[in-house]
Amino acid sequence: MASIRIPTPLRAYTGGASNIEVAGETVGEALVNLVEAHPDLRVHLFNDDELRSFVNIFIDDEDIRFMQGLDTEIAASDSLRIIPSIAGGGMIAWSLPGWK
Amino acid sequence: MEMMTSLHSRIADLNNEEVKRYSRHVIMPEVGIEGQRRLKASNVLLIGTGGLGSPLALYLAAAGIGRIGLVDYDVVDFSNLQRQVIHGVSTVGASKLDSAADRMLDLNPDIDVVKYNEPLTSENAERIFSEDWDIVIDGTDNFPTRYLVNDACVKLGIPNVYGSIFRFEGQLSVFYAESGPCYRCMFPEPPPPGLVPSCAEGGVLGILPGTIGTMQATEAIKLLLGIGEPMIGRMMLYDALEMSFQTIKVRKDPDCPVCGIDKADVVLIDYEQFCGMPAHDHSEFSSADESEELDIKTVTVHDVKSALENGDDVVVIDVRDPHEWDISVIDGTVKIPKPDIQLAKNGIQGGRRLWEETVLKEIPKDKTLYVHCRSGVRSADSIAYLSEVGYDLDKMFNVEGGILAWADEIDPEMPKY
Repeated sequence: MASIRIPTPLRAYTGGASNIEVAGETVGEALVNLVEAHPDLRVHLFNDDELRSFVNIFIDDEDIRFMQGLDTEIAASDSLRIIPSIAGGGMIAWSLPGWK
Repeated sequence: MEMMTSLHSRIADLNNEEVKRYSRHVIMPEVGIEGQRRLKASNVLLIGTGGLGSPLALYLAAAGIGRIGLVDYDVVDFSNLQRQVIHGVSTVGASKLDSAADRMLDLNPDIDVVKYNEPLTSENAERIFSEDWDIVIDGTDNFPTRYLVNDACVKLGIPNVYGSIFRFEGQLSVFYAESGPCYRCMFPEPPPPGLVPSCAEGGVLGILPGTIGTMQATEAIKLLLGIGEPMIGRMMLYDALEMSFQTIKVRKDPDCPVCGIDKADVVLIDYEQFCGMPAHDHSEFSSADESEELDIKTVTVHDVKSALENGDDVVVIDVRDPHEWDISVIDGTVKIPKPDIQLAKNGIQGGRRLWEETVLKEIPKDKTLYVHCRSGVRSADSIAYLSEVGYDLDKMFNVEGGILAWADEIDPEMPKY
């Protein structure tokens, strides 16, 4: 199984796990398996079945947008990374009801 | 990845004292006396004098960058000192610009510090960036300013040394559209506010901006000297807990809406609207007090009580701030602070529909809404905002007297504040 590295901002939705092993022949299958195991992650990664535009998925150092996107085939030895969009530590102060 | 020539070929003279000051640089062939003269003739603009800006300003001043610009409008807060090491207890309450500039000039009186005591905005960015800066370094802490810095740099052809931090993670890159991708090639648009971690979920290891900020300073020096391999087209990902560094490729998007078009056609937009969130802590939206114009229906706390007890098809919404919920709550209410509703309204009006399925998810459009706050002002404003984004004014009722009336008339045990 390939591994997916979960960035800090999304670990709240994986029970704190930072590296998760997932089955799947393609990036898309792996991500679907990931969000099925951690349903709270789904809305952060997908808009219906489309990957959200601000979500960057890399296989090793390569962006899947420049491979075959979600159809990119993966091997068990591959490391997938979700690259978060982060702005800084001084986040603005509003709460997010229903999003904890 | 490519070798670069220096960004400029200007040279400034060094006196004997300066040669001595910079001797550890000068004896390295990669810098040499020529390189040090070039650094003295260099101009670097720092956006922000906070966590990232502190090490940047200190090390770039120490390195002998001849002219360093600082853009900030904040004052030093005691809680900044956990990471903003250019400031100190003696400058708490003072302007960050003055605090930082004094420290930089104490470290190196041979440099010039240019202070811009204003928030960076779409209106002033072009003016500020055009004042002969060779490099801009992004040390901001919010998405709207990051997109603004990127777009202005692309428009003016200036390299943007990017660093960003969150908790224990950092990112570093050089976005220079003249010879590589820009920030938008990697992050075409920001995450919707509902997916941005809140303050309580945020935070940052105080040392992390030191790590990333010093790496940004390193990239700036490399660009100015034209040595090494700049982080153009690459992003470094740092995880302090794993103590891991990984470099990924960042490719230029030929269809990038900013660096994929003619520079002259790049327009600096309203980035708060684009991101659906304020750029600055002190940001205020102009749409306050809209409720005065509207005919908002009201209910009493007794109506609220009977609706909750009878299980009426009514949703009661508490729009106070989270710290007020710790003091007192009416059981059975949906809690969404007024600022969230305000941001959601702005976001939706800016075309970002995701607000509806995030922050506003728990406010149904087809039900009667009773909205309360502490005394009734913020709840009226909230109703006004909701009425602007498709909620029926006839189905929304402001709870007269808010939770204070509830404490007076329904639950005398409830603390008042």
